[in-house]
Amino acid sequence: MTTVPKIELRDVHKGFGSKKVLDGIDLSVNAGESVVVIGGSGTGKSVMLKSILGLLRPERGSILVDGEEVVGIRGNARERVLRKFGMLFQGSALFDSLKVWENVAFGLINGQGMPRPKAKEVALTKLAEVGLGADVGELNPAELSGGMQKRVALARAIAAEPEIIFFDEPTTGLDPIMGDVINELIVSSVKKLGVTTLSITHDMASARKIADRIAMIFEGKIIWQGPASAIENSGNAYVDQFIHGRAEGPIRMQVRRP
Amino acid sequence: MTNPVALIGRIFLDFLAAAGRLSIFAYNGIRYAFVPPYYPRAIGRQMLTIGYFSLPVVGLTALFTGMVLALQIYIGSSRFNAESAVASIVVIGITRELGPVLAGLIVAGRVSAAMAAEIGTMRVTEQIDALITLSTNPFKYLMAPRLIAGVTMLPLLVAVADVIGVFGGYLVGTRTLGFNPAAYLQNTFDYLHTEDVVSGLVKAAVFGFIIALMGAYQGYFSKGGAQGVGRAATNAVVTASILILTTDYFITKLFFAR
Repeated sequence: MTTVPKIELRDVHKGFGSKKVLDGIDLSVNAGESVVVIGGSGTGKSVMLKSILGLLRPERGSILVDGEEVVGIRGNARERVLRKFGMLFQGSALFDSLKVWENVAFGLINGQGMPRPKAKEVALTKLAEVGLGADVGELNPAELSGGMQKRVALARAIAAEPEIIFFDEPTTGLDPIMGDVINELIVSSVKKLGVTTLSITHDMASARKIADRIAMIFEGKIIWQGPASAIENSGNAYVDQFIHGRAEGPIRMQVRRP
Repeated sequence: MTNPVALIGRIFLDFLAAAGRLSIFAYNGIRYAFVPPYYPRAIGRQMLTIGYFSLPVVGLTALFTGMVLALQIYIGSSRFNAESAVASIVVIGITRELGPVLAGLIVAGRVSAAMAAEIGTMRVTEQIDALITLSTNPFKYLMAPRLIAGVTMLPLLVAVADVIGVFGGYLVGTRTLGFNPAAYLQNTFDYLHTEDVVSGLVKAAVFGFIIALMGAYQGYFSKGGAQGVGRAATNAVVTASILILTTDYFITKLFFAR
């Protein structure tokens, strides 16, 4: 019996003007699996996530969620698909005008129509799950450190108990210890909820910790994928250069020398 | 070297594209203002920002405009012994033109810039993307409350500004220019017609729509970080002011051209 992948990208193309960003991406993520896509800046990682969410529309190709085509869907159909997703944004993307608990409860109140007192209870529980007290819930996002903002963003991503969670550079801008705290929280939250996750990062410590499977994107294509444990012996020169952070190798940075 | 004909063509096409984008944006804003779910808290917050918090500056402007108007009309009309026209010209001038136009321009400067900066910051910090992933339509949550608040609050502000402006004229007329208070008021009401007030309030509602539309539109399509947000705020004020002055002519023509 064949199982339908939770998310499947088939030959997805997306460009901006003359610049090709996604150049025929093929990737599938099975239910309950944690896939991390690694790759340098500007290789198309964020564009891939935004294409799946419908924030960007690919020019060509197919994106399936639970076997349903999502490219070009609009209105209620799109809202229904989006209810399956939670997302932790790179810069946290917390709403400045709302308190921390209102941020966490936002999807429950506005997306699901949950009454505010009930949503606040859920929000405070989720904040506790990421190690933040009820007092933090009454603060504004601007009063929090970067690490705390990431935790709040994680609480918001898991609050509505989605089926799929995307993590966009979850540890970027954090010190290594706080980065590891976030990784631990991601792993424990994901295990608890049993969700499917797709993460993008260039932090290898993060990738090793949260991934079941790692895929590498380069110039808009997936050039290697395999179990997280196999990344050290990928046999792919691009992957080796990337995971060891070497300047020399097949990936040439476009740096002008004086 | 660029072909001048091609350059003109490109500018014209860019203009048409911008006009089309603005029209679609305005259509969506209006459409979603009537489609549930509604966000009463967001509408209330915008009503406070646009209406209540603009009241002091609009009131002060109206007061001094009424006072200056009375002085100028007195000086001008005394050249041909028509000083008795002061009260009637002040009330007509304030209710038909100066009340709505000055309130519109002041609120455009105060509110549309702040609106563009707020929505622009939400755009560049991915907060608008976060809204979408939380199953919330940004047109319903961000644009519709601002348009509703603009259209309802500006007429109220202008009604208050009309009263304060006429009172400013009355103060100067009776305290400085020596008019009899009862006669001044009698003249004011004798020459004031319903359509003077109604045309001013209709203008105010249209200006409120323009202010909210330009603030939201420029913010929504801002890009390029802090510089882009700054540019969006400036563009919002400039375009809103120009549109207010342009539509003022056409509404006046619609009401009073014989």
